[in-house]
Amino acid sequence: MHKLLTDSPGEKMLLLGNEAIARGAIEAGVAFATTYPGTPSSEISLNLFQVSHESDLYFEYSTNEKVALEVAAAAANSGVRTFCMMKHVGLNVAADPLMTLAYVGVNAGMVILTADDPSMFSSQNEQDNRYYGKLSGLPILEPSSVEEARQMTAEAFDLSERLGEPVILRTTTRINHSSAFVELGKLTSRKTKGDFKKDPFNLVTVPAVSRRLHVKLLENWDKAQALAESSGYNFTDGTGAWGIICNGVSYGYVSDAVKELGIADKVRVLRLGFSYPLPPKLIKTFLKGCDKVLVVEEGEPVMEEAVKAFAQEAGLTLPIAGKGEGLFSRLYEYDPAMVRRVMAGFFGVPHTESQPPDLSDVPEIPQRPPNLCAGCSHRATFYAVKKAAEGEETIYPTDIGCYTLGFLPPLAMGDFLICMGSSVSTACGFSKATDKKVISFIGDSTFFHSGLTGLVNAVYNNHNFTLVILDNGTTAMTGHQPNPGVDMSNFNLSGYGHVSIEAVVRAIGVEHVTVIKPYKVKKSIEAVKAALDHKGVSVIISQEMCTLYARGLNQLKVRAFTVTDKCKNHRDCINQIACPAFYLDGERVQINPNTCVGCAVCAQICPENAITPVKAKQAG
Amino acid sequence: METTRLIIVAVGGQGNLLASKVLGEAALLSGVPVRMSEIHGMAQRGGVVESAIVFGDAKSTIISDGEANVLVGFEPSETLRALNKCSADTTVITNMAPLPPFTVAIGRGTYPDLGQAQDLIKAKTKRLIAFDAVDLATTAGSVMSVNIVLLGALIQTGILPVSKTNVEETIRTKTKKAFVEANLKAFDLGYSAAANA
Repeated sequence: MHKLLTDSPGEKMLLLGNEAIARGAIEAGVAFATTYPGTPSSEISLNLFQVSHESDLYFEYSTNEKVALEVAAAAANSGVRTFCMMKHVGLNVAADPLMTLAYVGVNAGMVILTADDPSMFSSQNEQDNRYYGKLSGLPILEPSSVEEARQMTAEAFDLSERLGEPVILRTTTRINHSSAFVELGKLTSRKTKGDFKKDPFNLVTVPAVSRRLHVKLLENWDKAQALAESSGYNFTDGTGAWGIICNGVSYGYVSDAVKELGIADKVRVLRLGFSYPLPPKLIKTFLKGCDKVLVVEEGEPVMEEAVKAFAQEAGLTLPIAGKGEGLFSRLYEYDPAMVRRVMAGFFGVPHTESQPPDLSDVPEIPQRPPNLCAGCSHRATFYAVKKAAEGEETIYPTDIGCYTLGFLPPLAMGDFLICMGSSVSTACGFSKATDKKVISFIGDSTFFHSGLTGLVNAVYNNHNFTLVILDNGTTAMTGHQPNPGVDMSNFNLSGYGHVSIEAVVRAIGVEHVTVIKPYKVKKSIEAVKAALDHKGVSVIISQEMCTLYARGLNQLKVRAFTVTDKCKNHRDCINQIACPAFYLDGERVQINPNTCVGCAVCAQICPENAITPVKAKQAG
Repeated sequence: METTRLIIVAVGGQGNLLASKVLGEAALLSGVPVRMSEIHGMAQRGGVVESAIVFGDAKSTIISDGEANVLVGFEPSETLRALNKCSADTTVITNMAPLPPFTVAIGRGTYPDLGQAQDLIKAKTKRLIAFDAVDLATTAGSVMSVNIVLLGALIQTGILPVSKTNVEETIRTKTKKAFVEANLKAFDLGYSAAANA
């Protein structure tokens, strides 16, 4: 049985924040869950996917976040408790349905999780999605700990039903990827089927209907604000005159700093967990008890600006600070010492700075960037494209996935990236605005996510570039989730369809479509050359299963290679494809037989044919 | 309860997350509050994995520069890289068997001299316990047990509020059955290595 289905309330279990969130949803009787995977949210959906195999929970990996939110919106309008989760930038993709779903509302609990990523551990930006509360008018809950994440997720469904609209649950990486012991709550049974009642004058958002629905949204906003005033998630610690207002993980750093600075009797801390709409009465009362106030929030000065506005309304002139010189930054995540230092400075408390050692005499340590795996088919494809385009001036728009790592030297195949799907549409722009050869890269899952519409645009507007679709049969970077192009029998799952990338690309009207097997180096180079010669849109589909994924499925047939004495140290293998299975033993190139998967790409490019399979007996 | 802060750094695939989990479960058995966080960005693709484990009464799950009481490094150059987490009061435990990053193979960096690395760590921290954990793991019967060897050394220092018995009990109940025997032996070898260091 999946551990998150454990029916023993009160038991303490060591859970990752994302597991605690999934557990909270299960405890609330969530019956319908949709997502597009994205770090730091991915383990929530992964757990729900697994749980769905053992229960009547409906779960789907949707093609993108907009689709996920729309699928979920219908379920929640049919009376089924629904959870839709994504990373922060995913909510940009889903912003269109979000804004008007806020008008329409739901008739069963619906929670939309956005996992923000301050410091961008695995994201292209660190936008603060609390603004989506203000933009949509929907309430936001923000947990400060793993334990609270479980409870808040469960209660978010109740709040949603009370207000008849979705609730946004906003986390940051340090909630999603922290672990703690969580006391399990009670499981509730799922209501897996509901009914949809026709009510077009409230559910079909033509202008006349929406004008009324906006009124309803604002009335709901007032109701939500009243609930925030009395919510247990908005609480005060202490009775001192030094005020601190904080949210999310900052609450933990503030609490630890209060203790370490020994100022518990001097401060009062307002933790805002029901953080949108903010409760004005509660905040004004809090401000009245303070001499000065420090707002501690990662990201943008969302609370700070609101608190200053409340102070103005209440005619209060006490100093209120948050972001600024010598205070907090809008950049990156915070840490306990930073929060302690700013608090000590702001309130004028002596404190001892932490003392990291002077590292000026430590020699430079070689970087250890993540790298495409040994035998990764993306490396082979990049090599083939690079060879085929030799001598041409090129632009390589790339996209979001493992293959983004191809931008690092020595491959250096990646020149422009802004968001999911942008490889295809930016190729349209580059090919018109420059005379360079444009070759863009997109993965299979990202192609379905948001590459398709760009490709339709390219055919319709008659653009001139080559799109390389790196089809490794899975959504590799986020942990090998399926996508519409994946054979679901690999998961021992039936009842799924299968969408052929090649058929889709041909149906769109791309005239030059070639499927290559990237481990066949010469043939691949020739195929790419032919595609580059084609005037108009050409597509190369490079098919080879992700090696990590294949290993997990026991489908990887490893046949390690070795460097023989014929090697004359040209080092084309290391310098051009840089597979991590290579290492230098003194001045000699060697292949680690435990890492090599036997893709044989290096063997095909070695000018001396010095790389050969390990003989069976040597391989043991 | 006093707070004890532990940083573990490793290369993806070295079993850092299992080590953290064992410590977490052992802390529960010992009745010690524990919180942890991990940055495992693309660990399976050869990157660095860093875990922060905070024992005792604290709400933070991360550890600032200069604030680790103990640093455990599963790879010597990563131990050196994580020195910013230490102070003059930090105890450092490190495996000395190197896993050179790929950047070294392609000539984009030089792997640090191991002797110099040890001298630097010794000079900047309270104590260094350094040994070849791969060697001990191999002796214990599984090269995969490097993580447990280092746990043994960590527990021997007595810095964590977690007992030897509770860690051994957790190894018995929470690690894969096929590896329990090798893991317990690995734990013992690491424990002795630290005792003799």
